[in-house]
Amino acid sequence: MAFEYAPAPESRSVVDIRASYGLFIGGEFVDGSGGRIKTVNPATEEVLAEVAEAGSDDVDRAVAAARTAFDQVWGPMPGRERAKYLYRIARIVQERARELAVLETIDNGKPIRESRDVDVPLVAAHFFYYAGWADKLRYAGFGERPLGVAAQVIPWNFPLLMLAWKIAPALACGNTVVLKPAETTPLTALAFAEICQQAELPPGVVNIVTGAGETGRLLVEHPAVDKVAFTGSTEVGKQIARSVAGSRKRVTLELGGKAANIVFDDAPIDQAVEGIVNGIFFNQGHVCCAGSRLLVQESIAGDLLDALKRRMALLRVGDPLDKNTDVGAINSAVQLERIRRLSEIGDAEGAERWTAPCELPDRGFWFAPTVFTGVSQAHRIAREEIFGPVLSVLTFRTPAEAVEKANNTPYGLSAGIWSEKGSRILAVADKLRAGVVWANTFNKFDPASPFGGYKESGYGREGGRHGLEAYLDR
Amino acid sequence: MTATVASNLSEVARSDAALRAFLHGLPGVDQVGADQRAAMLGTRSIKTTAKAWALDLAIRMVDLTTLEGADTPGKVRALCAKALRPDPADPSCPSVAAVCVYPAMVPAAAPLLAGRAHLASVATAFPAGQVPLSVKLADVESAVRDGADEIDMVINRGAFLSGRYLEVFEEIRAVKQACGDAHLKVILETGELATYDNVRRASWLAMIAGADFIKTSTGKVAPAATPPVTLVMLEAVRDFRAATGRQVGVKPAGGIRTAKDAIKYLVLVNETAGADWLHPDWFRFGASSLLNDLLMQRTRMSTGRYSGPNYVTLD
Repeated sequence: MAFEYAPAPESRSVVDIRASYGLFIGGEFVDGSGGRIKTVNPATEEVLAEVAEAGSDDVDRAVAAARTAFDQVWGPMPGRERAKYLYRIARIVQERARELAVLETIDNGKPIRESRDVDVPLVAAHFFYYAGWADKLRYAGFGERPLGVAAQVIPWNFPLLMLAWKIAPALACGNTVVLKPAETTPLTALAFAEICQQAELPPGVVNIVTGAGETGRLLVEHPAVDKVAFTGSTEVGKQIARSVAGSRKRVTLELGGKAANIVFDDAPIDQAVEGIVNGIFFNQGHVCCAGSRLLVQESIAGDLLDALKRRMALLRVGDPLDKNTDVGAINSAVQLERIRRLSEIGDAEGAERWTAPCELPDRGFWFAPTVFTGVSQAHRIAREEIFGPVLSVLTFRTPAEAVEKANNTPYGLSAGIWSEKGSRILAVADKLRAGVVWANTFNKFDPASPFGGYKESGYGREGGRHGLEAYLDR
Repeated sequence: MTATVASNLSEVARSDAALRAFLHGLPGVDQVGADQRAAMLGTRSIKTTAKAWALDLAIRMVDLTTLEGADTPGKVRALCAKALRPDPADPSCPSVAAVCVYPAMVPAAAPLLAGRAHLASVATAFPAGQVPLSVKLADVESAVRDGADEIDMVINRGAFLSGRYLEVFEEIRAVKQACGDAHLKVILETGELATYDNVRRASWLAMIAGADFIKTSTGKVAPAATPPVTLVMLEAVRDFRAATGRQVGVKPAGGIRTAKDAIKYLVLVNETAGADWLHPDWFRFGASSLLNDLLMQRTRMSTGRYSGPNYVTLD
């Protein structure tokens, strides 16, 4: 007997999307001087709203507002007072959690289960966590002086969570910010602007300029910013590093990844399968730290892949607002094209493709969960970040070979190890060149834990005590 | 993962050492991961038609249970009547799977059920099982003779925890033999096994020894059934069928009181062992108060109104 789950859609009535949005500068929504861009619901291709594309004048105004707020209000304010605002923001995020989750899901395409149970609770947790540091900076060991104005550019995969990762530590340390959300997912950042108003945050402390790559370039290259924080592709990260080279600007970059998820033959198999699925299909694989390379010990590879395929066949792909959806929509047509192209290269290079049997909706951007077996280190799908629900499977025979393959990548953001043997976990983790190593779990996030990359995955750490360093002047 | 080891399952119980090597060779269970998976499946939202379907299925899977020192034939007869017709006002309401009683109550229940629902009897000195094997077997034989067609036995947890797996195995085998045609449900008492690794080992041990069902708990020990323990057992029966071709049922018992919880268990079955187990022959709820909540929810689904506890019978 088949157990068919009836549709269980979360109501959209909790969100109120305006037809058009301006820029949030100096505590007010103002019109931009540039063009307009449309943001769409990737699950339906419906246009949700028009937002301003900030031009050079707008960026100037935003940076100036941030500078004034830094000089006159936020910089001089005692940490314990700044903390009150951050606590207030955290509480408002919790109060408006359902609205933010629905809005994030509509604009981004991620399942409501994830925005509701992961993204939004972590957003609140980050503000609570850094609120606690604001009056204790003396004990963090990085000095107590803020840098000034921070230019922050964030990606579309976790729009509100990346905003929190950027804004919470910056504000806790006494900096003011100008933040640019991704052009495909600006709506929760604009909702956050309303939250700043609701929290009566002094004008100019947080400024939000929407736009595409050009706006981002104007912002990070602006001569009056003191600090650049970027999360996004390695390609853009390199451009930013070049453009700020030789300037006084401090930079942190959190870039791409091609993480190895290593499964040893003594792993807890059922949980490892869950961890593999969570590692690559969480958020449609739009995760910089996704476990996109599965390294499995040869002796269990066959059984493990059977179990993985059985599990993948259970993934519920479809309407992101349905509470039972596991895998939502691909964020944009551009990204979908990239995933398709790299997958076709996988076919052409001789890897074997298996796709989970699932019905995809007619409209919107969709890609069924996919696994490639018979992949070798030389294949492009084993080397390049696909940033989609596509897993490449490689095998190994000895722990040394696993470590060698795991590290054989230009990236180094995260890795996973699955084994019931504690000594093996510690020994392997020690040798992996990755910023985060998860043992018998994957994609676990906590505001108290630092996050960041080795090699071309970027530099600097976000989260935890370490995350304060990027926003303090020793 | 177990296909290769399990190809000669008859061999694994040839000695204590062989049995231990097999059970300890099963893949481990990571507790954090198992808890997380069960919790995630608990967030599934089952509404409208799916809920109506699940409520009826859950009713059909109930082993309506009374296991009190104060049980009387009168009470058992009332329970049998309810088992056959749970909602007297609605003939479309299905019967439950079975009535589950102590051996002394089997003669009272047998003529009333008369094959229209299964009659399960706990036996083997339930719930502690701390009597000699000969007494356990006599307990089983008398229950079967009096008309029980399902026997719920308890394993010897003392022997299991001290590593005397062969002793547990042989006891289950002996009980299975004493059952004759009656189905054997083996209670692992997971609350006393403490770790999920032990739950997985005990599940395999019981299945190799011939269990038709594996059951979480007596209901007399806390914690009784939990979603993650049931998840681990569902994985075990799934893997056991893949290895041997034989399908074994699962019965969580104790502590499942609400329709909402029952539906969460059905989701767990659906997404772990699969749809083949979504049948009263392969999945049961050991419960008493659960049935009333299922009935109230069922009435609400069909009438749109919530009638309240005064409209269901108290037993």
